[in-house]
Amino acid sequence: MKAPLSWIKDYVSLDGIEIEELAHKLTMAGLEIEEITFVGLPLPPGEKHDFIVKGIAWDREKIVVAEILEVGPHPNADRLTLCRVNDGEREHTVLTGAPNLFPYKGQGPLNPPLKVAYAKEGTTLYDGHAEGWQLMTLKKAVIRGVESYSMVCSEKELGISEEHEGIMLLPEDAPTGMPLADTMGDAVLDIAITPNIARNANILGVAREIAALFERELKQPSYDFKAEDGPVAGQFAIKIENPELNPRFVGGLIRDIEIRPSPEWVQRRLRLAGQRPINNIVDVTNYVMLDIGQPLHAFDYDELVRRAGGKPPTLITRTAKKGEKLTTLDGETHELQDFTVLVCDTKGSHSIAGIMGGADTEVTEKTTNVLLEGANWNFINIRKTLGYLKMNSEASYRFSRGVHPAMAPRGVGRGLELMRQWAGGAVCEGLVDGYPLPYEDPTTELTPEDVRRWLGIDLKPKEIAAIMARLGFKTSVKGKVVSAAAPDHRVDISSDPVIGKADLLEEIARIYGYDNIPETRLADVLPPQRDNAELEFEERVRDLLVRQGLQEVVTYRLTSPEREAKRLPPGVQPDPKPYITVKNPITPDRFAMRKSMLASMLEILERNARLRERLAFFEIGFVYHESEAGPLPDEKPRLVIAITGRRELPAWQGGGDGLLDYYDLKGIVEGLLGGLHLTGVRYEPSQHPSFHPGKQARLLAGERQVGTIGELHPAVHGQHDLGPAPVLVGTFALDALMEAAPPRHEVQEVPAFPPVLEDLAFIVDENVPAGQVQALIEQTGGATLAGVRLFDVYRGEQLGAGKKSLAYALTYQAADRTLTDDEVAKLRKKIVGRLERELGAVLRA
Amino acid sequence: MDILKQLDEIQAAGLGALEAVADEESLAAWRSAHLGRKSGVMAAFDGMKDLGKEERPQVGKRANEVKGALEAALEKKQAALKQAALAASLSSEHLDVSLPGRARPLGRLHPANQTLRRIYAIFAEMGFQVYRSREVESDDYNFTFLNIPAHHPARDMWDTFHTDREGVILRTHTSPGQIHAMREYCPENIRVILPGMVYRYEQVTTRSEMQFNQVEGLAVGPNITFGDLKGTLTDFARRMFNPDVRTRFRASHFPFTEPSAEMDVECFVCMGEGCSVCKGTGWLEILGSGMVHPTVLRHGGYDPEKVSGFAFGMGPERITMLLHRITDIRHFWRNDVRFLEQF
Repeated sequence: MKAPLSWIKDYVSLDGIEIEELAHKLTMAGLEIEEITFVGLPLPPGEKHDFIVKGIAWDREKIVVAEILEVGPHPNADRLTLCRVNDGEREHTVLTGAPNLFPYKGQGPLNPPLKVAYAKEGTTLYDGHAEGWQLMTLKKAVIRGVESYSMVCSEKELGISEEHEGIMLLPEDAPTGMPLADTMGDAVLDIAITPNIARNANILGVAREIAALFERELKQPSYDFKAEDGPVAGQFAIKIENPELNPRFVGGLIRDIEIRPSPEWVQRRLRLAGQRPINNIVDVTNYVMLDIGQPLHAFDYDELVRRAGGKPPTLITRTAKKGEKLTTLDGETHELQDFTVLVCDTKGSHSIAGIMGGADTEVTEKTTNVLLEGANWNFINIRKTLGYLKMNSEASYRFSRGVHPAMAPRGVGRGLELMRQWAGGAVCEGLVDGYPLPYEDPTTELTPEDVRRWLGIDLKPKEIAAIMARLGFKTSVKGKVVSAAAPDHRVDISSDPVIGKADLLEEIARIYGYDNIPETRLADVLPPQRDNAELEFEERVRDLLVRQGLQEVVTYRLTSPEREAKRLPPGVQPDPKPYITVKNPITPDRFAMRKSMLASMLEILERNARLRERLAFFEIGFVYHESEAGPLPDEKPRLVIAITGRRELPAWQGGGDGLLDYYDLKGIVEGLLGGLHLTGVRYEPSQHPSFHPGKQARLLAGERQVGTIGELHPAVHGQHDLGPAPVLVGTFALDALMEAAPPRHEVQEVPAFPPVLEDLAFIVDENVPAGQVQALIEQTGGATLAGVRLFDVYRGEQLGAGKKSLAYALTYQAADRTLTDDEVAKLRKKIVGRLERELGAVLRA
Repeated sequence: MDILKQLDEIQAAGLGALEAVADEESLAAWRSAHLGRKSGVMAAFDGMKDLGKEERPQVGKRANEVKGALEAALEKKQAALKQAALAASLSSEHLDVSLPGRARPLGRLHPANQTLRRIYAIFAEMGFQVYRSREVESDDYNFTFLNIPAHHPARDMWDTFHTDREGVILRTHTSPGQIHAMREYCPENIRVILPGMVYRYEQVTTRSEMQFNQVEGLAVGPNITFGDLKGTLTDFARRMFNPDVRTRFRASHFPFTEPSAEMDVECFVCMGEGCSVCKGTGWLEILGSGMVHPTVLRHGGYDPEKVSGFAFGMGPERITMLLHRITDIRHFWRNDVRFLEQF
C-alpha cells in the first residue's frame, strides 16, 4: 500500500522524525517499507537504506512557487504561449505548450495570477515527453526563435504522477518564491501489509502505528457531517436477509450535488496513493477507503427510485440463487454460486457485495442525488466468492481481510461530508443503519507472568497497560491482571482467552520492540535424544558413493507418465497403478509424482551427455505409489546409480580409452555394500525390462531383492538423447538395503604370522559362472583360506572351444602359526579335487 | 726380491688404471683385470706356493696390502661414480611441473545437501534432532492444524499444488512435521528440525522454484521464550555465516506463530555496507520464525497455558545461493555438471 507522508500527517505529527528512522521502526514493527518514492523531499544521504529509494528531490534553490502574471502568444508558434512569470525575485519569460494555459492567452494581466511550480536553468527533472521516467537537466535553448532557459512544470516533470497534458496549478495561497519542496514536497511509503494487520491498509491505520511506535498523539478524523436537508428516514429502506454474511449495512443520502473533477489536491493525493481520479463522487468513495479503510459504494438515488416505480427504494442483501448471472461495472457477466451475497433492490440485483458494483445504478455525469453505502461483509464469504470469480478490487482486498462493522457508519459519515465539500449539495439528516449482528469487541486478560513466559521480558502491569493503550485498547489494571478491550477498528483479536492472550503478546512485542528483547539460550530440559536411523543410513550411502567418485544429483519429483514410460523399451507396458497427479500443474510435463528414479536419472544423463566424456551420478530420493491404507501415497526411499563413458578421465599422457561396463558398476556396488558391511549379497541373472537381457543382475540379500544392476537396454538407450557409450544403471530399494545391513560388524584379528600366497588357474566350461567357482574354492578352503581373488579370465585356442581359464590368487593364513608346505599342499589338493569333481575343472599347469 | 717389486708395480698400475675409469662398465672391467682371478695380485697369491719359507710371509703381507689398497680404491671409486651419477641425474632430470596432473574422478554431494548437512550439524549440537515427514500431505496437516482454516486470508501466502485426491496436496512447507512431531512426542519437550522437499504452485524463474528444500525447526517446552528464539537463531547465524554476523528480528506474520519474526542477517557480501546482493539494505532475509501459536500447540496435544515453543523455517537453496552468489535457482534441479562440479 502506498502512503504519502503528507497524508499521514493529517493524523500524526512527523516533526523531528527522520524518514530513515520512520521507515526502520515501521519495518521492524511488521509494516515492511519496501520502497520509498521521493516526490520532492530530499533523498536520504548515503548508499545504504533499509528500503529501495526511488524518485527525485526538488532542488530548493531551483524549483520554487511562482506566479504567472500574463499568458501571451508566441510570435512563431500557435501551439506555444509565452508567460510572464514572477519567481519572487524577478520576472522571466517562460515558453510553454501547456493546453491548460490556452484559455488565459491574450487576456492581459491575470488577476489573481496563476500559481505554478517554476523550474530554473540547471534543474534536474523528469522529461515530461519521454516514455517512462527519464531524467533531464534544463538547459538554455532557442525554441522557434525565442530563448528559453526555465519552465513551468507538469506533475510528471516533478515525479508526482504520469500527468503531463498540462502544467500543475497550485492553490492561490501558495507563497510565491517559496521552495516548492517546502510547500508540497512529499515522499510515498510503499508498505507491505501482511494479512494479520489488514487494519493498517489505510492512512489512518499507518498513522496509528506511527503514533504508537513514537508515542505521539493520534489525531482522530471527523466522522460528522453537516446535514442541511431533511431526515433520511423514509427515503429508502435496508433489508438484510442473512446477517451472518452481512452483519451491517449503512446508507446516507446527499442531494443536489454537481459531478465535476475533485479539487486539485485531492486528485494529487489519490494519484500519489496509486488511485486514478474519476470524478468528485467516485473519488470520495476511494478517498475514504484509502483514508480510513472502509470501502463505500455510491448509487444514483434517482435511478433507484425509478426502478422502485417512484417509491422510496429498498436495498436488499441476499445470497444469489445457484447459477444466477450478474454483469458488473467492468462489463463482465458472472455466473454466481449460492453463497455469494448480492446487493439488490425490488427490481433485481445490482452488485456483488463487497466486490464490484453493477452498471445500472452507478453514478453518471447526470447524477444529482447520491445514496452512499457503507456495509460490512463476512470476510470468509467474500474470499470464497473471490476464489471462484477470480476477481480483485481495492474494496474486496479490504473486505476479504476483515473490516470492523463500526467503520461502516464512520465511512458513510466522512464520505457524505467530503461530498458536500467537493460536490456541493445538501446531506440529509441521519443515516439508515441496518445492524442485525453486532460485533462484540473481546476483552483479554494478561499478567506479567504471561509476558515473562512467552516473551522472556519483565513488564509491570502498568507498563503492559500503557503499551496496549498506545494501540487504542481500553485497559484496566487489577492487581497483576491487565484487562484490555480491543478497540472497535480491529477484528484480529480472538475471543478465545488463550489465543487472545497470544494476540496481545504479539502487540506488546511489536511495540516494545523486538530489538529490545534480550537474546537468551534455551534453558528448558533437553528432550530424550533419538537417532534418525533412515537419514543416517542415507547419509552413509551418500558418503560411500561420493568416496567412489560419484556426483550426487537431486531432481524434480514431479514428472509425467510419458517421460517415465521412456525408461521401458517400446511395447513394454508400465505398471498400471495410477499416479498421484496434481490438478493444477505449472507445466504440462510435470503433473505426476514420480514412480521411478531411473526416469529422473535418464533425464539428467541426457542433459549432461555432451558435456563430459565420463559421467557418474547417483540420487537418493523418494518414489510415490498409491497406498492401500488410504488416500496418502507410500513414499519409498530409493537409490539410483548411473555411470557411462570412459573408464578413465581423459589425460594428456596415458589414460585408457576403455568404456565403463557392467563390472565397473558392480565394483561400485560392491564398494557400497562393503562399506555397509553387507556381506553375502548374491547377484543373479534377472529380467528387468529396462536392462539388457544378458547384462543384468538382481541383488539378493537373503531372499529379499534389494536392487537391480545392469546395462541399459539398447532400445531404452535409443529412446534417449545419450552418447554412444553403454549406460550402466543400478536401482536400489534403500529401505530394504537398510534392513539387510548389519547394525554393527566384527573386525578380524590382524594376522601375526606370514601368509602363504599362491596362484591357481582352472580351466572350466564357458557356461560355469565365475561366482560358482569362487564360492566352491572359498567353501573348500575354509578358515585357512583367508583370501581368494580372481585376477585373470583367459580364452584361447590351446584351451579348446567352449572353455575358459580362471586364475585365482589364494592367500592361506593361520591365526596361530606359520603354515607348513605340507599343510598348504594338502589344502590345495582338496580344492583342486573338489573343483575337478564338481565342475569338471582342470588345473592349468 | 723381484716379487715385491712386481707387487709395487701391480699396485701402481692398478691405481693408475683406475684414474681413467669414469663409468660403471669400465669399473667392472677394471675390477676383473686388477682384482679378478687372472689379475696380477691374485697371480702373486698363486705364486706364493713356489716361494721359500722366509720369503713367503713377507710377500704374503705385501700382496694383502696391495689387494687391500686396490679394493679400497675401488670402493672409493664406486662411491664417487655413484655420487657423480646422482649429481648427473639431479641436474639433468626435470619435469615440466606446469603440466596438468592426472585427474581422479571426484565425487561430490549435491550443493543443496551440503548446505542441509551443515544446518543439521549446527542444530544437532544445540540438541535439535532431525524429524522427517511425508511430502504428499493432507490438507489438515498442511493448513488446518497450523491455524490456517479453509478460506482464511493466510492461505493466499502459499500457492498450493492440489492432487487428484480430495484433501490431499503436495506440502507447501515442512510445517506439517510440527504437528506430526508433537503428536508423536507429546507430552515430552521437543527440539527437532524438519527438513525436506516442499512444493509451490509457482512459475519456475531465476528466483522461484516449484520444488525446493526447507528446514523447519521446533522447540516446545514449559519455559521457552521469544528471547530463546532470538538467541538460538542468532547462534545459528553466527555459525552458518560468520562468527561476528549481526542479526535483526522484524515483526512479520505467519498464521502458525505469534508473535512472528523474520530474521535478517547482516549482508556477508558487503559486510552491511549495502550492495546489489542485499539490494542496498545491508541485510539479507534468512528465515521466518515465531512463537508457536496456541492453536497449533493445541492441535499437537499441548496445553498453551503450560507450555510454549518457537518455530522457524529457512530455505537451504536460498542460503546456498547467498553464500555462493548463485543468481539462478534453477541450477539446483537442472544438475548441469558445470554447476555441480563447482561445489
